[in-house]
Amino acid sequence: MKLIKGYPESMRESIEKVEKTREKRLKAQYKQMSLEERDDVLNKYHPDYKPEVKRTLSVGPSKGEIVPFEVADLIESYPRISEKDIDLSNIDYDVDLLIIGGGGAGTMAGIWATYEGIDPEDILMTTKLRHGDSNSIMAQGGIQAADKPNDSPEIHYLDVIGGGHFANEPDLVEALVSDGPGVIKWFEEKGVMFDKQKDGTMITMHGGGTSRKRMHSAKDYTGMELLRVIRDEFINLSIPAVEFSPAIELLMDDKGQVAGAVLFNIETHQYYVVRAKSTVMATGGFGRLHIQGFPTTNHYGATADGLAMAYRCGARLRDMDSVQYHPTGAAFPEQIVGLLITEKVRGLGAQPLNKEGEMFVHPLEPRDVESAAFIKECYGAGGGVETPTGMQGIWLDSPMINMIKGEGVTERELSAMYRMFKRFDINMVEDPILVFPTLHYQNGGIVIDANGATEVKGLFAGGEVTGGVHGKNRLMGNSLLDYSVFGRRAGISAARHAKKASVGKLTLAHVTKYSEQLKKAGVPESRKSPMILPEYRGKNVLSRAIDIF
Amino acid sequence: MAESNKIPLVSVFIMGKEYKVPSGLTLMKAMEYAGYRYTRGAGCRAGFCGACATIYRLKNDYKLKSALACQTTVDEGMYLVQLPFTPANKKKYDMEKLNIAHNALLKEYPEIARCISCNSCTKVCPQELKVMDYVQASLRGDIEKAATLSFDCVQCGLCAFRCPAEITQYHVGQLARRLNGKFVAPKAAHTEEAVAKVLSGVIKEEISKLKAMNLAEIKEIYKKRSIE
Repeated sequence: MKLIKGYPESMRESIEKVEKTREKRLKAQYKQMSLEERDDVLNKYHPDYKPEVKRTLSVGPSKGEIVPFEVADLIESYPRISEKDIDLSNIDYDVDLLIIGGGGAGTMAGIWATYEGIDPEDILMTTKLRHGDSNSIMAQGGIQAADKPNDSPEIHYLDVIGGGHFANEPDLVEALVSDGPGVIKWFEEKGVMFDKQKDGTMITMHGGGTSRKRMHSAKDYTGMELLRVIRDEFINLSIPAVEFSPAIELLMDDKGQVAGAVLFNIETHQYYVVRAKSTVMATGGFGRLHIQGFPTTNHYGATADGLAMAYRCGARLRDMDSVQYHPTGAAFPEQIVGLLITEKVRGLGAQPLNKEGEMFVHPLEPRDVESAAFIKECYGAGGGVETPTGMQGIWLDSPMINMIKGEGVTERELSAMYRMFKRFDINMVEDPILVFPTLHYQNGGIVIDANGATEVKGLFAGGEVTGGVHGKNRLMGNSLLDYSVFGRRAGISAARHAKKASVGKLTLAHVTKYSEQLKKAGVPESRKSPMILPEYRGKNVLSRAIDIF
Repeated sequence: MAESNKIPLVSVFIMGKEYKVPSGLTLMKAMEYAGYRYTRGAGCRAGFCGACATIYRLKNDYKLKSALACQTTVDEGMYLVQLPFTPANKKKYDMEKLNIAHNALLKEYPEIARCISCNSCTKVCPQELKVMDYVQASLRGDIEKAATLSFDCVQCGLCAFRCPAEITQYHVGQLARRLNGKFVAPKAAHTEEAVAKVLSGVIKEEISKLKAMNLAEIKEIYKKRSIE
């Protein structure tokens, strides 16, 4: 296929139309939808509003809740180990605090548990891949916090609740927005390089659904910059971390508390027993379940292991019916389909356009509304741009950014995006880029209180694995804030709990009990979780693979 | 041979062993197509985490090139290997006890003085950063420059592998950025003020009013909120 500066002839024709309307659009604004209009487009076009893609959970503490099939299959799965497989009398790690997950929330929990007086040697972090391999490091656009004179946490509170369709847990939202300014100050003290003006004022922008410019950024590497700094701090504190060893089951004790976990070394296949007075679940979200077959922005290990494990211990889930599709996943070229195009691209001025180069939606509606509007334009109005593989997409008119903000702004502020497209011979300063909604975030999760405590004694949680903070839809920039606030709170609470807790006899009886419930409900025994990693090997290879070695 | 409407195949040599894979795949997806299941060498799969540093050589070329496997397309006759880990030296330090004296970076990482300006680090960087320049800036004590030049580093470790002076450039850059963020960049006064406001308790009061509202009331307030 012949490509002209990265695009085939067929797409070039549409780009010409985009160029023709650009002059006029530079001065034009598209109006925002009313709440009623939002509901209408969501009901008709958002993938989450289709009842036929979900089912009711038939066992466990959230029995009766409606969740996507992929989540139901993960939850209603048999454990990978049974009581007879594991020798619990031999403890490999005996600690005060076990942190499961090495992303933002887990890292914050470890740091703050140390500040709370737990000896680093009495902490263990365990992670599936490397410390830092997470969605946290991939976040691009920014972190919200109400720290400007025209802003205040109660204004942030309203934005969060409205964006979440008023389904959020008020106490959690209060914690999120109230801790916001303190989180930014702490990051600044730790040496995060925020985008600032010469006098130190933070450069802040709008995100979808915000009423004040409160998005703090570090170019379009915000997540990477924050994670690099806190990981560095974590290592400096000498907190032990065991990599490539995901937890595959939580342990409980005879008093009904969570009391550690069984880890699995994915390289040697050895298991380890961890006994812990407190356990923090920070395993992140579920993008790699590919809900409804969508591509995802998520990292390789985002398989929602924590949900499955915590559920077997009696932790309730909430808002798991709601899935966030980010409006702007890459739709071309094929090599990067589904990868995140930060909301900051629209924040800086790029308009979403159909194949005729026309505007059809305000660029910064809340994410679910913006996504639904894109899907409507492609599959309802016939306005989508078709790629050579038959995929539909919407133009993001990125050349507008430098026209509005000045030469060099895209290259500087969006260096990750600019670099990614350049690798595939597309110059986003000269040509628009093609996008389509992509699976991005798990809005719901494990029920927690404002201190990061779950309803199960000994188990704490923070970050994407939890539910309630974002209701039915998270706003941009609130996930980095979420892990900072609730990773910290969970770490502090877990530390305080560990100081006074005592652990009884370790057991996996809860796992046996859960398996019996599944059997009674008629769940096929072939279904196992946690998933640990998705399966992407070629079909040809798998069809001829034999397990003899 | 494949049907005419099928994607043409190319040969790639994964650690020297030949596999036929569809053209247009990234190196990472090509490895998976060939039957490899990643444990090491794959992280974010989007160019942000540095897990998939790859060394490759093209057909009839003597040059070793570098790439991120998730961000690079396969080419006919490519020989490739991924680096699963970098055994690099990272210093432990207490940020509160550091300063930005001219030798601040040199003190923690004295090996930067061994730089022979060969530029191998810059040539190997898959992010196309001016790595040697930031090592030199670090040596001169120009923390701000070292921080800015190293900012887009994904810490894949390729520079450290290539360096004949055994410098761990990406850890030096990390320290430079933290020193810059903490001591060089001006502080945000408005953040300090916002924190004080939260501590004063007025925010709690305002939010408790919102929390006391019923659904219809809060929806109304939300609809009427001003957007600045």
